[in-house]
Amino acid sequence: MGWFTRKKEGIVTSTAEKKETPEGLWYKCPKCKSVVPADEHAKEMFVCKTCEHHDRIGSLEYFQILFDNGKYTEFAKGIYSGDPLEFEDTKKYVDRIKNERTKTGMDDAIRVAHGKMNGEDFVVAAMDFKFIGGSMGSVVGEKIARAIDKAIELECPFMIISKSGGARMMEAGLSLMQMAKTSAKLTQLSAAKLPFISLLTDPTTGGVTASFAMLGDLNISEPGALIGFAGPRVVKETIGRDLPEGFQTAEFLLEHGFLDLIVNRKELKTKLSHLLYMFKN
Amino acid sequence: MANYLPFEEPILQIEEEIKKAKEIEENSGVDTSKMVKDLEKKLKDTTKDIFEKLTPWQRVQLSRHPDRPYTLEYINTMTANTFVELHGDRGVKDDKAMIGGFGQLDGQTIMFVGQQKGINTKMRQYRNFGMPNPEGYRKALRLFRLAEKFNKPIVTLIDTPGAFPGLEAEERGQGEAIARNIYEMMTLKVPVICIILGEGASGGALGIGVGDKVMMMENSWYSVISPENCSTILWRSWDYKEKAAEALKLTSTDMKELKLVDEVIKEPVGGAHRHHEEAIMNVKKAILKTLEKLSPMDPDDRCQKRVEKFCKMGVFNSK
Ligand SMILES: [Zn+2]
Repeated sequence: MGWFTRKKEGIVTSTAEKKETPEGLWYKCPKCKSVVPADEHAKEMFVCKTCEHHDRIGSLEYFQILFDNGKYTEFAKGIYSGDPLEFEDTKKYVDRIKNERTKTGMDDAIRVAHGKMNGEDFVVAAMDFKFIGGSMGSVVGEKIARAIDKAIELECPFMIISKSGGARMMEAGLSLMQMAKTSAKLTQLSAAKLPFISLLTDPTTGGVTASFAMLGDLNISEPGALIGFAGPRVVKETIGRDLPEGFQTAEFLLEHGFLDLIVNRKELKTKLSHLLYMFKN
Repeated sequence: MANYLPFEEPILQIEEEIKKAKEIEENSGVDTSKMVKDLEKKLKDTTKDIFEKLTPWQRVQLSRHPDRPYTLEYINTMTANTFVELHGDRGVKDDKAMIGGFGQLDGQTIMFVGQQKGINTKMRQYRNFGMPNPEGYRKALRLFRLAEKFNKPIVTLIDTPGAFPGLEAEERGQGEAIARNIYEMMTLKVPVICIILGEGASGGALGIGVGDKVMMMENSWYSVISPENCSTILWRSWDYKEKAAEALKLTSTDMKELKLVDEVIKEPVGGAHRHHEEAIMNVKKAILKTLEKLSPMDPDDRCQKRVEKFCKMGVFNSK
C-alpha cells in the first residue's frame, strides 16, 4: 500500500476498521465515474485524480495523512456509551451500541490522537461517520474534552475533524448538552492561547455545526463538503421548493463568510503546518 | 374563550356544570350554593388528580397550550411594565421571534432575552412561531454584551420549537450563530439565569441556554429533538410521539434528575395556562432567590463554575 503503510509499532487495527483496499479492486468515482485501482485511489488520499472529488474517509485515514510517518498515539480509548435513559425505539440503545462496536471495532463515533505534524506536537480528534452517522453523544463529548486537556498539557494546537449528522437522538438531553460541554472546553483551550482548527468534512450538520465545528480560530473545509445546520431535506420542506444548486456546500459557506478556506486533502498537512507556523512565529 | 386539551375535558365538564348551577339560581331563585360548593370541590380534586399523573406527552402538550403565558407576558408582569424592548442585531434585521431589553425586578435592572411566540394566528406568523433566525441569536448576543458592559444580570426565557430551518437562515449561518452564543455565554462576566418556559427544542433553545442556573417550568420540555420529529426519524411514523416523549426523558423532573438542569419551578395545580399571575410570580421569586446567591460571587469564579458544570455533563462507561 506504499505511502499509506502504517509504520508505528504497537498500533493494532482490525481490518474491519480500515478503508478496504484489497488488491485487484477498483474504485469508481461517484462524481465523474472514472475508474482507478483501489490502491492507487488510497495513495491519492482518496481524492479522485480526474475531478478532485473527495471520498469520505475515517479517523485512521486522517491520522495517517496528518501525522509524520503515520506515527501517532491514540488516547482516551475504551470509553463507551452508557444508557442512563434506557432508550428504546425500534431497538434498544444498548443493543444498537453493542452491534455498532462489534461491527466497526470502534468505541464510538470519534478517535483522538496526538503525534507530530511536520515535527510539531499536534492533537487531533477525528469523527467517524460509519458509527451511527457520526452522531455526537456523551462519548464524543468526553473524548473531545480529553483531547482538549491533552492539547493544553502538551501546549500544542488542536484540531477537530467533523463528520457528523449531529447530536445523537438516543441520548436526548445528554447529547444536546455535549454541544455545551465541548464549547465550554474550547473556552479553556482559548484561555491557554492555543489554536483551535475546525476541519468540516462531508457531511457536517446539526448540533455539530451549531457547536464546535463553527468555532475554529480557523474554519477549514474540503471541496464539495455538505455543511449546514438544518439538513437539506428539512430546508427543502420548509421552503416548499427545490434548493439552489450548490446550496450548503463548502463553497457556498465560504462565499457566505463562514469558512476561512477550502483545502484539497492532498495539501491539508502542508497548509496546516504553514498556518500554525505563522501563528507561532 | 379558554382552550381545553383532550385530557382536560373532565375539567371543562365540571366547569360547565358549575356554570349551569349558577344560572339556575340566577334565573329561578333556587338555592344551588351547596351544589356549587360540592362541584367546586370536585373540580379541585379532579384537576389535582389529572395534574398529578401527567404523562410526558401531556406535559409536552401543556408546554404548547394556546392559553399558556408567553415570554413578553412574563417579562411585563414581573417587571411591572418597566421593560423597554431593544431591537435589532445591528447587522441584518430585527428578529421578531427573539425579543430582549432591560426591565426592573423589584428595583433591580435585568437584561431579559427570550423567544417570543404569537398569541393569535396573525401574531404567530409575525413571530415566526418562536423560531429565530441567525439574526435573533446575534441580537441576543449583542444584548448579553450590553448587559455585561453595565454589569447587569441576564435572564433568558426559552420557548421555542427550534431554530428556523429556512434557506436564508442557512445562508446567514444558523449553525455559527448558535455555536457562537453557546461559546460566548460560557464566559459572560455577569450572572446568567436561563428558564425554559415552554418548549426547549434543541440547539434553538441552547443558543440562549447557557447559564449559571438553568431552570425549567414544571410543564415544559427540553431535549435534542421534539417527540414528533423523533418519532418520524426513529419509528418512521408520526404516530409514536407519546412513546418518543417518554423515551427522550424530556420533562423537567427527568432533566433535573439527569443533572442537565439545576431546578424545577413549580406551576400552580392546573398549569400555568390556568393561573398566569401565580405562575409568573413563581418565576419572579425563583429569579430573585437565585440572584441573591449569584450576584455576590466573584465574576471569574462564577464563570469557572459555569464552565465546569457543563464540562461534567454526559454519561459513559470506561474500561
Ligand atoms: Zn472523479
